[in-house]
Amino acid sequence: MSGGRVRRLLLGAAAPVLALVAAILITSLVLLVAGDPVLDTWSTILSAPRERNVANIINNATVLYLSGLAVAVGFRMNLFNIGVDGQYRIAAFAAAVVAGEAWLPGYLNTVLAIVVAMAVGAAWAGIAGLLRATRGVSEVISTIMLNFISTSLVAFLLRKAAVRAPGSNSINTKEIPEGSRIPGIPFGGGVVEIYGFVVLAVLSGLAYWFVLNRTRFGFDLRATGQSTTAAVASGINVRRMIVIAMLISGAAAGLVGLPILFGDAYSYGSTFQSGLGFSGIAIALLGRNHPVGIGLGALLFAYLNEQSNPLQILVGVSPEIVAITQGVIVLTVVVSYEVVRRYRRRLEQQAVAAATDRPERPAPTEEVAT
Amino acid sequence: MASVETPSRSDAPPAVRLRGIGKRFPGVIANDDINIDVARGTIHAIVGENGAGKSTLMKILYGVQPPDSGTIEIDGAAVTLGSPADAIKAGVGMVFQHFMLADNLTVAENVVLGAERLHGIGAAAREEITRISGSYGLGVDPDRLVEDLGVGARQRVEILKVLYRGARIVILDEPTAVLVPQEVDELFDNLRELKAEGLSVIFISHKLDEVLSVADEITVVRRGTTVTTVDPAGVTARQLAELMVGSELPSPSTESSTVTDEVLLSVRDLTLPDPAGGRPLVDGVSFDIHRGEVLGIAGVEGNGQAELVETIMGMRDGATGTVELAGTDLSGRSTGQRREAGIGYIPEDRHRHGLLLDSSLWENRVLGHQTRRPSVSHGLVDRAAARADTQRIIEAYDVRTPGPEVPARALSGGNQQKLIVGREMSGDPVLLIAAHPTRGVDVGAQAAIWDHVKNARRNGLAVLLISADLDELIGLSDRIEVILRGGLVGRFDPSEVTPEDLGSAMTGAGSDAPREEGSP
Ligand SMILES: Nc1ncnc2c1ncn2[C@@H]1O[C@H](COP(=O)(O)OP(=O)(O)OP(=O)(O)O)[C@@H](O)[C@H]1O
Ligand SMILES: [Mg+2]
Repeated sequence: MSGGRVRRLLLGAAAPVLALVAAILITSLVLLVAGDPVLDTWSTILSAPRERNVANIINNATVLYLSGLAVAVGFRMNLFNIGVDGQYRIAAFAAAVVAGEAWLPGYLNTVLAIVVAMAVGAAWAGIAGLLRATRGVSEVISTIMLNFISTSLVAFLLRKAAVRAPGSNSINTKEIPEGSRIPGIPFGGGVVEIYGFVVLAVLSGLAYWFVLNRTRFGFDLRATGQSTTAAVASGINVRRMIVIAMLISGAAAGLVGLPILFGDAYSYGSTFQSGLGFSGIAIALLGRNHPVGIGLGALLFAYLNEQSNPLQILVGVSPEIVAITQGVIVLTVVVSYEVVRRYRRRLEQQAVAAATDRPERPAPTEEVAT
Repeated sequence: MASVETPSRSDAPPAVRLRGIGKRFPGVIANDDINIDVARGTIHAIVGENGAGKSTLMKILYGVQPPDSGTIEIDGAAVTLGSPADAIKAGVGMVFQHFMLADNLTVAENVVLGAERLHGIGAAAREEITRISGSYGLGVDPDRLVEDLGVGARQRVEILKVLYRGARIVILDEPTAVLVPQEVDELFDNLRELKAEGLSVIFISHKLDEVLSVADEITVVRRGTTVTTVDPAGVTARQLAELMVGSELPSPSTESSTVTDEVLLSVRDLTLPDPAGGRPLVDGVSFDIHRGEVLGIAGVEGNGQAELVETIMGMRDGATGTVELAGTDLSGRSTGQRREAGIGYIPEDRHRHGLLLDSSLWENRVLGHQTRRPSVSHGLVDRAAARADTQRIIEAYDVRTPGPEVPARALSGGNQQKLIVGREMSGDPVLLIAAHPTRGVDVGAQAAIWDHVKNARRNGLAVLLISADLDELIGLSDRIEVILRGGLVGRFDPSEVTPEDLGSAMTGAGSDAPREEGSP
């Protein structure tokens, strides 16, 4: 069986690799048309990252991974939570305020802030869930609108809650006290650190896998995603599932900004990283909603982000070029999964044919005499 | 028995000649050396057990799936059919068992949709539709909305659609499964018209009496291979069945009544308003079912039986009236709670309501039993137990499949149905709501399913049976109610009623008819 297993693995990897290659080609074409140096660009991006860069990649991937998970929960139920972006920002803001106030000492404060973030993210996504379940409003539309509202709301509240750092234009929430920050994990030779939150991200991935594949709740969720009508007939309360799935997706989204908040920024400010939710959509697609796949997708996106940084200085190409690559990957991945699926079916069929081919025809067609 | 191995009505090449067709799926040989000749101007029936490979063969002929081996000749010319478009070009059209019409469009719009190139979308197209409808006696009004049409009429629209695209060879996969006898007769009249115009009809059915009455030739498929082609004049239904199975059929045993005087399900004034504002979909329905009793509901499809079932299952909003199960009021309970109370539910549309087509068979075993052992315990899916129980169903109900890991989509229609019946009968339900429980299953499996139901009934199972198969209704029910336009309009004693009586009551022709008191 191991031969078949290896082939299955290879085939499983074939689709993303194919997508990646296609995306690289298309990006090269864009570079070519724009008159930018194609080879230099790629050699910069593909050069071996240094230790510090690797740490950055892992950190960035941690954040993207959580975002991908949040989106994937919805995808498994055919819900398109486009609003992870708004959810994580409002959640990170709330967590920053709570942690900054430090009502509780040390790590209790951290735990409280994490819970608040998840609750706020869940609530924000829950609005879309409720609208969908009770009024039939498409969650795509409502989460997009909620993204806008979240952006303005956070900007508005930030002005109220913020303290202006002396000599700086940016405004931030109160800094999280040292005792409540999440320490980094020494990495490589110990010179650099990665977010301690990495552990929580991995645990989230495990929880995602377990809940979806092993629990009754996960079964109900996947069943609803596959066929609403069959789910209804089987006794699943589909409306409730919609709300719950959105709540979970939102709670996961609430975690997205926290590695940055507790491991790096220590406060929420007007420059807090945005757009992570949209990358999550692409990564969930790329990873086929599989917890390991999402992890690989997150690493890839983080790698591209990190390696494109020096492009401007080294070859005079805007780092935004990798955003094109990332966007194109999402398109090519859909196509290449289909291509590989068909190819796999052909192979399977040939294998079956080979296994069942016999030289002579068996089964003499006996006539039933009457 | 007359065995026509090489049918030759004339010297002209056959309309369809299939030689050595083979098709394999993982773990299954669906077709293996199929040889069939379909002469021009004939109705050619294909019969065989569930999973024998009939639908697969027709999908190959309609270009949906490529064969692994073999050749297809149409009118003497070898063809390669890579897609349905190729097939249509070659003059082959197919009507699938599940209709593919857009409800909110008119007949004409449905017919023209996707074939605008042929006669445009205006007067010329309408003229052509009227011409086809007239010349084959289809009686289709191009301006009616499809949603206002009954099943029989919809099927005629499907046939018209195929003819409009220029088909000379029309494939019908189990066209009569959803029809009541009157509609079947009308369909057969249409098919005879097609034949008279020189078209060839290939049609699949598990109802052997129908096959014998309409077909010019019958090909028997067994385990993927063509066993023989026979002349209907020379065989009986029983002999056909034996050819299909390859052995003798068990003879069905007669049953004595097991009805008790304990009311299990009590339905009072059940009404389901039409959300669109028309007359109620279910209109003041009241009945009782006792332990050990089978209540049959007869009716032409679309008269509220689907809605009645879904209302009892708690799947419809806005219903009024009461449903009591063993003295407990179910109103306000969710579908899940009703299932937990011991209701098994075999839905009418197995693809929409019965299965997760892309999930494995054992996951489908869990479906609808998510709160109960053996599938689930302590909130976790018990995969081992679910697999084991699926294996039990596969054996007990003779589901033809390589194993419980196969996706439900890979099962033949009849085998999907057997799996659903097996699932709904597990966990000892007290009430079984069965809509067309044997739709699409072969004669042998039908008898087996009936036996399972009868056994459970002997142990006190109450059954609400809805079926278009009047023989099944009469044979299985202790009492039959006729449903028409959402209301119950007549009661019959199955030991006295004939299918003809039932048929006319169902169409409303005998609405003044006997309100017979077949005491339960
Ligand atoms: N897509 C598929 N993948 C795997 N196996 C398949 C697929 N389609 C059909 N099969 C298998 O091929 C066999 C023949 O199936 P087919 O649907 O042709 O049967 P059938 O004669 O139409 O039966 P029925 O009377 O139940 O409709 C079955 O064993 C089925 O499980
Ligand atoms: Mg079939």
